[in-house]
Amino acid sequence: MASGVKPRVKVPKTAAAGEAVTIKTLISHQMESGQRKDKEGNVIPRSIINRFTCAFNGQMVADVTIEPAVSTNPYFQFEATVPEAGEFAFTWYDDDGSVYETSKAIKIA
Amino acid sequence: MEFSRRETLALGLGAAVMTVLPFRVNASAEDRIAEFTGGADLADTGVELTAPEIAENGNTVPISVSAPGATAIMVLATGNPTPGVATFNFGPLAASQAAATRIRLAGTQDVVAIAKLADGSFAKASAAVKVTIGGCGG
Repeated sequence: MASGVKPRVKVPKTAAAGEAVTIKTLISHQMESGQRKDKEGNVIPRSIINRFTCAFNGQMVADVTIEPAVSTNPYFQFEATVPEAGEFAFTWYDDDGSVYETSKAIKIA
Repeated sequence: MEFSRRETLALGLGAAVMTVLPFRVNASAEDRIAEFTGGADLADTGVELTAPEIAENGNTVPISVSAPGATAIMVLATGNPTPGVATFNFGPLAASQAAATRIRLAGTQDVVAIAKLADGSFAKASAAVKVTIGGCGG
């Protein structure tokens, strides 16, 4: 599934140096678990996002291994330290090999 | 009462299946914990798992985990067809070793969080969640 996948990320625009900011991410994805069956009783093949990473200026903040028990439209909330102005890079890895990326710049206030 | 060779074999097989079956349900969750911790002891404090007591819809149950100083937190749903939920690895810029997400639960069960702490020890927390509508298409 490479269509209709839309990452959404909420990061404050500015922060004080060294401040902890809360990051919220959500990506629209059906996260087919591989457990459901269609009308004919055939198992619908698994199709999920299996990994999510967040890095700031190349340094890792969080790396999440995702399994089918994570809900449709996987949502994550966590906190990151902002030592300097820069850019958060978010990456999602799909089972089918697709990689979805987005980034958000943050300024030091 | 005399047993023939064939009957004895059948009985033995039946008994073997009976002993294995009840463990099979939780075995994979135990396996996952053993794989993650390498068989180390689990402390009861050091990790917090927040989950609702009653979840009306098992398709999206909000949970959050927190373990100050942890390098990784693994979340398991012991009653799901596959127990794995997610593993959070925290990097140097993580301000707190905490995260929140939404998970699927197949039915009423225990959700378990295992944290790998900075000193190499492990901690465990669990929460029982009652699920009204299961979330695995069943």
